[in-house]
Amino acid sequence: MTTLDDAPQEIAQEAMATPAAVGVNVPVHQPRSSTKHHIRNLIPPLITFGIFIGVWYLYSWSRFDNAAQRRNALPYPHTVITDGFLPLWDEANGIRPILGYMWPTVKVTLIGLTISIVLGVTIAVVMNLSRGMERALFPYAVILQTVPILAITPLLTQLFGDEIGVRLVVVVLIAIFPVITNTLFGLQSTDRLHHDLFTLNHVSRWTRLRKLELPSALPATMAGIRIASGGAVIGAIVADFFFNQGEKGIGYYIRNKQQRAANRPEMFAATITASMFGVVMFLIVGAITARAIRNWHESAAKQT
Amino acid sequence: MTETEIALDEPLTGGSPRLRFEHLSMVFPDGTHAIDDVSFTVSAGEFVTVVGPSGCGKSTLLRIASGLTEHTAGVCDVDRNSLGYVFQDATLLPWRTVQHNVELNAELQGVPKAERKRRAAEAVELVNLVGHEDKYPKQLSGGMKMRCSLARSLVLNPEIFLFDEPFGALDEITRERLNDELINLFNSEKFAALFITHSIAEAVFLSTRVLVMSARPGRIIGDYPVPFGAERPHDLRFEAEFAEICGQINDDLKDAHS
Repeated sequence: MTTLDDAPQEIAQEAMATPAAVGVNVPVHQPRSSTKHHIRNLIPPLITFGIFIGVWYLYSWSRFDNAAQRRNALPYPHTVITDGFLPLWDEANGIRPILGYMWPTVKVTLIGLTISIVLGVTIAVVMNLSRGMERALFPYAVILQTVPILAITPLLTQLFGDEIGVRLVVVVLIAIFPVITNTLFGLQSTDRLHHDLFTLNHVSRWTRLRKLELPSALPATMAGIRIASGGAVIGAIVADFFFNQGEKGIGYYIRNKQQRAANRPEMFAATITASMFGVVMFLIVGAITARAIRNWHESAAKQT
Repeated sequence: MTETEIALDEPLTGGSPRLRFEHLSMVFPDGTHAIDDVSFTVSAGEFVTVVGPSGCGKSTLLRIASGLTEHTAGVCDVDRNSLGYVFQDATLLPWRTVQHNVELNAELQGVPKAERKRRAAEAVELVNLVGHEDKYPKQLSGGMKMRCSLARSLVLNPEIFLFDEPFGALDEITRERLNDELINLFNSEKFAALFITHSIAEAVFLSTRVLVMSARPGRIIGDYPVPFGAERPHDLRFEAEFAEICGQINDDLKDAHS
């Protein structure tokens, strides 16, 4: 993941140009030649990628005797490109239909994640109001996380139909837990002396929340959102497998392509695209986090 | 010598009481007897320091004065609307710049924006932080953080200042510099101060009066008026009279431990 986090690190380095802050594991001369630095950081993940592709080829080659069989089970990586991603500009084949099916998934992910953040932070704030509230709600937040969503799909259809509503429910069920737990942890970790400082100024509960507890929980909340963003993508895709009405997303496309062995390369291409979307979500949340806390939080300067 | 003695008498007779403890006692709910029958007053122009062994209830005294903790017996009389509190730690909000940290107390107490900006600028100048207004706490040294914390309280223009071992975590040189600066602040701003420290030299250097507290339950076992004038030159620390008072307090503290 080294290259993936390159952008935040760059931001942090610009913000803190003092030698002490440039980083524990980055030699001092590197920030000056940042292109060289980037290339060097790209090498380890590229090696990992090379090994992965190599193993894929090797397994695919050794496991299957004839080309047709191989193509319909585990095609070579280059076959995934030629028969899955290509052609670039065709209505019915290649990358265009894949991207077309991606759009509803992106929408469900983003809306679902937004709901999870708003609802998750609110629930954490309510839990933080008193020990009693926390005891009353926390067990159910845990159950929310542990309930096997796929097993209760009939119930979900009963309650929420099988269009975008139920897809959002699945996303929220998966994504909300890390937001709640991390935010609650952040709220409860607020410095005791900071609390005293606010008490001395006779502030209202609301002011304390807004000007002390929420900002001090922000790094933890952002870490929770980062975990939630990956879960949200998976939730949106998996929901397509079980709820067939409304706007169909990439999960529906993948499931369709699973049915026929001849479509195996398209299935792989769509799966790779979907997981790339998850990676992009992870990167975006990481970049927003770095921007939001770069001036004050230790994690922003040390990120590698 | 005559001059200094006159200077000592002046604040004691001139100022009105800003903080008064009378037969104050504190027993925590778990039974810990923290403070036992403590009585003294701090008047305008007085700088009273309490020294004592760790855990003797010095800090509890400040928490009671500020209202953060309720005492269990006796009287604590103080105007809490005009109170500055400087913590052991600078307690700056890390997500706020120096400027916004200095404004915090005034902001929380509803001082209008233009007014608190003006007062913050004044305070920043008083503590020699001009030019650092846009920095974040992470970028400041320990001494600068403490200055910022001081400025945050100065913005309220408090009549009584409570200091809870504010310079304990700083190195010796920074601590002495901040002591010099605090003396200047005290002389120009004319607040009453109640200061807590472990350092006898710091106590004698800063104060008009030093109180020695015993180990728990905390009792006042020594009371030393400090016979130096308002101006405290840096070299005062090396004079014989200074050493003598420090020695006496040190003896008291040894008793406090035993």
